[in-house]
Amino acid sequence: MLGALALIPILIAIAIRVSGGASAGRGPAFLDQITGNGLFVGMTALVVATPLFLPLTIGVVAGDSIAGEASLGTLRYLLVAPAGRIRLLVVKYVVAAVFCAAAALTVVVVGSLIGWALFPIGPVTTLSGGQLTVGEGLLRFLAIGAYVTVSMLGLSAIGLFLSTMTTVPVGAMAATAIIAVAAQIAGALPQLEWLHPWLFTDRWLDFADLLRSPPLWDSFGANALLQFAYIVVFGALAALRFTTKDVLS
Amino acid sequence: MSAAVDSADLAIETHGLTKRFRTQVAVDGIDLAVPRGAVYGFLGPNGSGKTTTIRMLLGLVGATAGSARVLGDEMPRRLDAVLPRVGALVEGPAFSPYLSGEQNLRRFDAADRHAPSRTRDARVAAALDRVGLSHAARKKAHAYSLGMKQRLGLANALLMPRELLVLDEPTNGLDPQGTREVRALVRSLAADGTTVFVSSHLLAEVEQLCTHVGVMSAGRLVTQGTLEEFRSTGEERVEVLTADPGAARAVLVRLGLVVDGVAGTAGLETLLASAPRPAQGAGADDAALVTARLSGDSPAPDAIVAALVRDGVRVRGFAVRRTSLEQRFVELTGEGFDVVA
Repeated sequence: MLGALALIPILIAIAIRVSGGASAGRGPAFLDQITGNGLFVGMTALVVATPLFLPLTIGVVAGDSIAGEASLGTLRYLLVAPAGRIRLLVVKYVVAAVFCAAAALTVVVVGSLIGWALFPIGPVTTLSGGQLTVGEGLLRFLAIGAYVTVSMLGLSAIGLFLSTMTTVPVGAMAATAIIAVAAQIAGALPQLEWLHPWLFTDRWLDFADLLRSPPLWDSFGANALLQFAYIVVFGALAALRFTTKDVLS
Repeated sequence: MSAAVDSADLAIETHGLTKRFRTQVAVDGIDLAVPRGAVYGFLGPNGSGKTTTIRMLLGLVGATAGSARVLGDEMPRRLDAVLPRVGALVEGPAFSPYLSGEQNLRRFDAADRHAPSRTRDARVAAALDRVGLSHAARKKAHAYSLGMKQRLGLANALLMPRELLVLDEPTNGLDPQGTREVRALVRSLAADGTTVFVSSHLLAEVEQLCTHVGVMSAGRLVTQGTLEEFRSTGEERVEVLTADPGAARAVLVRLGLVVDGVAGTAGLETLLASAPRPAQGAGADDAALVTARLSGDSPAPDAIVAALVRDGVRVRGFAVRRTSLEQRFVELTGEGFDVVA
């Protein structure tokens, strides 16, 4: 799946390279900057991947975590080992979180590399108009990768909870991905504005503040708090469900 | 018929253990008593609640009512203290298909906090060796045959020294050699003092292996006790196939046996039905089967034959029939193929 994620920046870079550039104001954010600075391939790829592709892969990993073991029958052997139900949940969640980081990092790193290979590289112009050296720019991109990683932690907790509900991993995976999409649709409807601050997807794309000079960490903090709330709620639900569940698979 | 045993000597002890799934009662108030060091055969037709009971004992399923103690500790409250001392094979082996047999064992071993990682390599190798899988250790689990998976499941149960082994249908899918090996393995483990709780519907296997038997039927434990107790509840009887039923009867009565039947052999299904018969036309149907109950003070079977022959009874066949485990089993659990639902 990390390989599939790596294809996104590669696809974007090649498409821009072949078509000879994008006009400003069309397509995903940062797309028009790529021809000027190849480092923006990673940024553009993150913007493209965050709403759908990334949640899809998170859904697969988190949805499979418990349900996959149950469908194989290995869950009963892990539990009689004894792994401990809470301990197993924690380990599975940590694995999902590590995958989130690996996924975001893959997109940023592969994007930067392919951009460096196909386009000129230069100082990064911040949204405030300042200039960052290439090194500073890369650090900012890594910070944005961290932002996206944190963004996915709430969804991972939801996926983990759904995974304790079933012995059919595909069901938990699909449900997790559907929830991610549904939350974004709700987030796009102005009629549901009262709901927006409560959606785990609400701040998924608010990482532009990290490209100001100096960077603004407010949105990072607010997003982290939001995701933490989701981790607590769905982590608790998963624990409650899993510790009282009859393991019949 | 179970003798009163001190609780401290019981590896498994349940009182009124019950599991209800919605409206269906899967296990209905059973009182198991498995003495330490026993090889306990847990019998019952499909769907009688054996596996649900095992799952409750291992803390996979919560009991609706009743209590269970395993190795002296209450389950599932003391699960973390109990399970490291228990090896289990529950409802067939299960593995991650894309990991090798060895990797699967390492994974399960790593899940056990009490298993020292320092000795993991050695313990995994020893367990694989014990079930004869060393040569296939690096093969992916999905390439294993059913019998090999079964062996790998047993290896998993043997990763650590165990006080109790819970084996659910351990010889399922094994060839005759594999079955013999498992039997030998269980015997050697039992000889080391490990208590073995083995569920099975293969009665011959239980008869060869077990010291104690418990029989489930429709969620209830209909009987439990030592194998001897279980079998002796049935009676022993002699069958004499002879052309002189009258004389035979007289001899048997004189020896103190209770003759309860004299019948023609036509249509009879007995051990002696396949006994050699004279050729057609030489009085094939003049033979009759005389059956009598043996009691404790009856003479030995060979003495009975000698007495019959001395009195000129033409004995064509003679058999001592003990109620087989299978007969007792069917008596207790009922005939027929219907799965109790």
